[in-house]
Amino acid sequence: MSVSLAGPLHDTGRNASRRKRRDRIATGLLITAVVLAVIPLAMILFEVIRRGAGAMSWEFLSSVQPFSQRRPGGGYLQGLVGTLYMVAIASVLAVPLGIGAATFVVEYKQSKLSPLIRFFTDVMTGVPSIFVGLFIYAILVQGTIGFSTLAGGLALMLLMLPIVARSAEEIIRLVPDDLKNAAYGLGARRWQVVMKVVLPTASNGLVTGSMLAVARAAGETAPLLLTALGAFKIVPQLVGQPQSALPLLIYSEARGAYEAAHARAWAGSLELMLMILILTIIARTISRRAKAK
Amino acid sequence: MAVAGDLSGRRRGRLSADATFRLILGSAGAGVLLILAAMLISTTIQAWPVFQHQGWSFVTSSVWDPGTSRTEVTGQYGALAFIAGTLVTSVIALIIAVPLAIAVALYITQAAPRRVAAPLTYTIELLAAVPSVVFGLWGLLFFVPTILRPMMDLIGKTLGSFIPFLGGPVVTYNYFAAGVVLAFMVLPIIMAVTREVMANTPEAEISAAYGLGATRWEMMRHVVLPRARPGIVGATMLGLGRALGETIAVAMLIGGSQQIPSSLFRGGQSMAGIIAVTFQEAAPENVKALIGVGVLLFVITVVVNMAARLIVWTTGGHVAKEQNL
Repeated sequence: MSVSLAGPLHDTGRNASRRKRRDRIATGLLITAVVLAVIPLAMILFEVIRRGAGAMSWEFLSSVQPFSQRRPGGGYLQGLVGTLYMVAIASVLAVPLGIGAATFVVEYKQSKLSPLIRFFTDVMTGVPSIFVGLFIYAILVQGTIGFSTLAGGLALMLLMLPIVARSAEEIIRLVPDDLKNAAYGLGARRWQVVMKVVLPTASNGLVTGSMLAVARAAGETAPLLLTALGAFKIVPQLVGQPQSALPLLIYSEARGAYEAAHARAWAGSLELMLMILILTIIARTISRRAKAK
Repeated sequence: MAVAGDLSGRRRGRLSADATFRLILGSAGAGVLLILAAMLISTTIQAWPVFQHQGWSFVTSSVWDPGTSRTEVTGQYGALAFIAGTLVTSVIALIIAVPLAIAVALYITQAAPRRVAAPLTYTIELLAAVPSVVFGLWGLLFFVPTILRPMMDLIGKTLGSFIPFLGGPVVTYNYFAAGVVLAFMVLPIIMAVTREVMANTPEAEISAAYGLGATRWEMMRHVVLPRARPGIVGATMLGLGRALGETIAVAMLIGGSQQIPSSLFRGGQSMAGIIAVTFQEAAPENVKALIGVGVLLFVITVVVNMAARLIVWTTGGHVAKEQNL
């Protein structure tokens, strides 16, 4: 690594002061841009905490929505249950499939399938989330399983899959060749190397990537509109009944004109963001601890 | 780590264990390909009757008049107004977000003290963790009516008097409001990729510029920015891909009119928005048309994303891969 020279040298030319002034103006503009970029985040966090905390209560966390949006009180318990339920289904399916695909891409580089899978996983990350909802609607909801927990979970799974696969690939790639060669040297077969050396070594990173994907899925609204639909009560069934979710409830109550509904929507946002924040922090802590090793 | 058995590895059972393992992983990988193919094919089949009925007017007409038939296609489905809504809000978002992202990335990589750079990066990436529906709620109940509305009124009165698409009466929820909030949503992804590209500027070239007596700004302009240009283009297109597909926040803020508005300060609708808002009450033929809108949106975003990735890859930005953007 070369060492960067600290700071600009002194200019002795005639226009030194003009150039220096221009430099200061540019720095000022950059800092202004930084402030402008941070302001929306500050505003959004402030509003969600202020209005959300005002409407948050034990009742909100532990009861379901009243039948009329006009009525105050009640909460989003059915949404919380629905979100956790569908995210759990999505994770159970997307995490093994995503890690499997990533392992294939890295460990079987010479396969012709590898670069294809890699490229199309990338393409999949760019698929609009509402399109994923339309797809599940077209092949499953219509006619077969109806609006349901399973349909919502499958839609979220499709959104998580490329995120898990891409992050897993980066992590698995980092496993040192020396480690693998040592295992091969001991006579291990490829599957043994993958299962007993590669994946355990990468496990922290894999957990982190998967949790970030879970955090993303938990906040999705659009695909659930077309697959889970929404519900007023807690729905334990996997199929046959529409399911609720926190983002769906926030969306439907925010669009109405009632103060009581808006208050619940803010509290719901706070609940959702806390959930995502906790997931993100846990994920980052795990990855930081892994790096520290 | 116990690796059992002899070293010859020629026994049948072991060879086939490896082959099975490869098959399992391979099918996980192939699953991803199949899902993507299934997505495009099944939705296109569903929407086909509408495509056939409308022909090119599906993308050139702005008459959207859904029918109520269960079996035939009786309504008119011209999606131009929604295509316009998606494109215009995305462009507004990019016009705001790209310069901001470049400036922030420049500051973080070249000017900020290390103690500031790391938390600042973290903070802006936190924006990416805010769910779209929360952006929508915030925009709907707070940001647009209290902060943006007075600004839009002011722009409408001043610039609007001589720039045609800014004139006329201002409605609270409109193209511009949706575009501004969208800008906040795509800022983190554009910033992250741009920052990564700028961080790759060779130290030697930076030192050389300073050695020639350049000020910091001159160094940024003549060394960092020219090198980062392709990366910035790629980052912008990744942001565009994200903006095009964004649904809920835009649907909540764009105003909900199904016409092409005469000014940025009037309501409209986006492609993803019309799907989200009208889907639940739509008759079967209308659903087919909405799926058709979805197919169109899918094709547009996939093309934009593929182009973006090719640009970012060929210019050596790694962050897009690491962050699963």
